[in-house]
Amino acid sequence: MTEQIIEKIEKIEKKHEKKETLRDSIVLKVYRANRLAGEPGRYDSVEVPVQRWTTVLDALLHAKAYKDPSIAIRYSCRMASCGSCGMKINGIPRLACYTKVSEMEGSTITIEPLANFPHLRDLVTDFSQFFLHHRNMQPYVQNEHADIKDREKLSEFVQKPEDLDRFLQFSYCIKCGLCYSACPTVATDTKFPGPQALSQAYRYFIDNRDSAGKGRTNIVDDKHGIWRCHFAGSCSSVCPKGVDPALGIQLLRGHLLGFSKNEKKIADLQERLNKN
Amino acid sequence: MQIRESQIMKIHYITAIGALFVVAVHILMRLIMPFDMSLEYGNVIANYHNIPYAILLESVLVLIAIHGFNGLRVILLELRQSKAWEDGVTILTIVAMMGVIAYGTRTIIVANGLGFE
Repeated sequence: MTEQIIEKIEKIEKKHEKKETLRDSIVLKVYRANRLAGEPGRYDSVEVPVQRWTTVLDALLHAKAYKDPSIAIRYSCRMASCGSCGMKINGIPRLACYTKVSEMEGSTITIEPLANFPHLRDLVTDFSQFFLHHRNMQPYVQNEHADIKDREKLSEFVQKPEDLDRFLQFSYCIKCGLCYSACPTVATDTKFPGPQALSQAYRYFIDNRDSAGKGRTNIVDDKHGIWRCHFAGSCSSVCPKGVDPALGIQLLRGHLLGFSKNEKKIADLQERLNKN
Repeated sequence: MQIRESQIMKIHYITAIGALFVVAVHILMRLIMPFDMSLEYGNVIANYHNIPYAILLESVLVLIAIHGFNGLRVILLELRQSKAWEDGVTILTIVAMMGVIAYGTRTIIVANGLGFE
């Protein structure tokens, strides 16, 4: 399965491989508004010098440092690990640190805040609701046999590589919110948990260290839950980490409909195996 | 008793598959003679008088009503999110579905002539 995933990622990368256009400068058309101050939205154009390796985040930070220090941006790691710099770049949700200016078409790049998130200021959006949906899925391993309170009794789970393969790609999620922003259902249904939360529900549901599958499926099996996914697939196409949330949603649906086996052998604890 | 959404969606998918089958049979029955002729008064009434065909028509009615009105419920649930709206939509679609099934069944019974001759 791992080989298949790698092949799939390579195919996606080939598909999205773009010709580089080398330029000396680029115009950033940045969406500006302060919602709390009741400011109406407008676009500010800023010209910045670029090089072959300049990312949209680099360009924005250059604009912030030398042209307009009032541009509000959220960012941190600059290496597609933290998921902070999600924004709409030329209309598509992307990570600014993972998008090279040379790969963009045209000499103007339009940068807007992520859709489906409450807008705060300029390119900054409010992730509270998104994280709440994530937390609602109980994104942690629950197992009554594992004693996590008594340090003396701490033990590791024994898990086979094929058990890991079932959920590995979903654990690459960095919670950047790009899938949530691209989801057409989230745009209309505010109670819909979104692709990120639902794929995380599947990630823990299929993890054989976890024994709380039933409780988790009860959470997603709701009027505004997993069944409201239209399978547009836009979540999977925008994910910067190659995660396929649409696949996770469909697999979990299969379990809820009874097409797939719900029974899983819960992983043994090393401590118990040693005793036997 | 609270019905889980997965149970409703199971019914939704099963009625879709069932409707595909019965509607296909229904359309094929129009093709055993020239289409215009199949819609003539005498032929239509003859269809209703044929008990297996009347059962097929009732199946088409029930399956499509269940599938269609649940589809409408899903669309309306996505439109707005509030307890009053959700309850209203659920009640409205169930009542409308039952009304359509009742009226259609009455039409089939009357056209069939059961108990009215």
